[in-house]
Amino acid sequence: MYFPISHSYINPIYLVVTGFVVGLLGGFFGVGGSFIAGPALRAMGLDWNFAVGTDLAHIVGKSVVAAKRHRALGNVDLRLGLIMTIGTIGGAELGAQLIQALKRAGNVNFIVSVVSIAVYLSISTFMIWESWRTLAKSNRSKLRKRSGTATIKADQSAFMHVTKALQRLRIWPMIRLPTSGVTISLWIIVLVSFIGGLFSGFLGGGAGYIRMPSLVYVLGIPTHLAVGTDLFEIIISAGYGTFTHAIKGNVDILIALVMHTGAAIGAQIGAIATQYFAGPKIRLAFVPLPLIGAAIVIYTLLSGHKL
Amino acid sequence: MVTTRKGEGRRTLRAFVVELVLYGLLVTAYFFGVLLFLGPRLVQLETQHIRLYAVVAILLILGQAVLLEAITTGLLRLLRGGRSE
Repeated sequence: MYFPISHSYINPIYLVVTGFVVGLLGGFFGVGGSFIAGPALRAMGLDWNFAVGTDLAHIVGKSVVAAKRHRALGNVDLRLGLIMTIGTIGGAELGAQLIQALKRAGNVNFIVSVVSIAVYLSISTFMIWESWRTLAKSNRSKLRKRSGTATIKADQSAFMHVTKALQRLRIWPMIRLPTSGVTISLWIIVLVSFIGGLFSGFLGGGAGYIRMPSLVYVLGIPTHLAVGTDLFEIIISAGYGTFTHAIKGNVDILIALVMHTGAAIGAQIGAIATQYFAGPKIRLAFVPLPLIGAAIVIYTLLSGHKL
Repeated sequence: MVTTRKGEGRRTLRAFVVELVLYGLLVTAYFFGVLLFLGPRLVQLETQHIRLYAVVAILLILGQAVLLEAITTGLLRLLRGGRSE
């Protein structure tokens, strides 16, 4: 099928299937999935700039669908999401500025690649350790005996002592988040969202791979709520990214709409599926995602071909 | 008790699948509608009014996500005779 905006020929079934897979992952893990969709579009011969911009556009739609579904399931802390918007936009802008500065210095690709590999590997290693320990602990205390959504959503973490210490920091103003059952300083929320935004602007995509774990481990938000609230944040960061890319002529909206036909279905299934898994299991299953991202960057670095 | 829960689960699953199928059909129809009626205009916008194109692009993707879901919910409610499941 010919797409006149990007002057490209792509099989629409391929786009629908790619969108479905990315939607499924997004709905379940609360990530944008740009580390899969970007290379998938590149593999079809789409120019890199169009791959990034178009991917962001379809992420907006998919995240809206998944966030709406998560909201219906009670998995979105709207208050937290709105507060985080400030940090997300500020961080995204600084990340983009950093990229520009590195471009001028002439070593942007190498630095971005090394930083992203370090971040992806650190997140995966930490999450394997934490979720493994939590699952082992909950097995011992037989907490998994009871079934039902309420028990599944009641979250535990082997890192909880650090999270609790952060919640005890009484730096004014303190924010009560009744949906998540957390009271924490505004500055910690802004810091977490700022770092998420920074990585989004610096490494591209929605940065769900860093924001979702941060929400769980730093703010102490239950995993199901972290997934839903992260999707809400991705709508903002990817929406902002889509607009800036679109005015640079990097978005083929017709490709994004085809991808979204699959993504919208996948996102709903992914969101519903979270109801059947406990928090630590979702976190353990999340581990391969940053590793896939790291593998793609390592391949790009070694081969010189941008996927 | 277990049988009732199983039956309820099956009903919920069926309702979800029906909703997905209906939504899938609408989303696909929406794309072809955009391609047919707006395709040439979008190309023109992209080359001549890039800022307007950026706004329209976001509205189109949001429309596909939000509007169609609302239509799906409305249609399902209509099919069930006003009951919201």
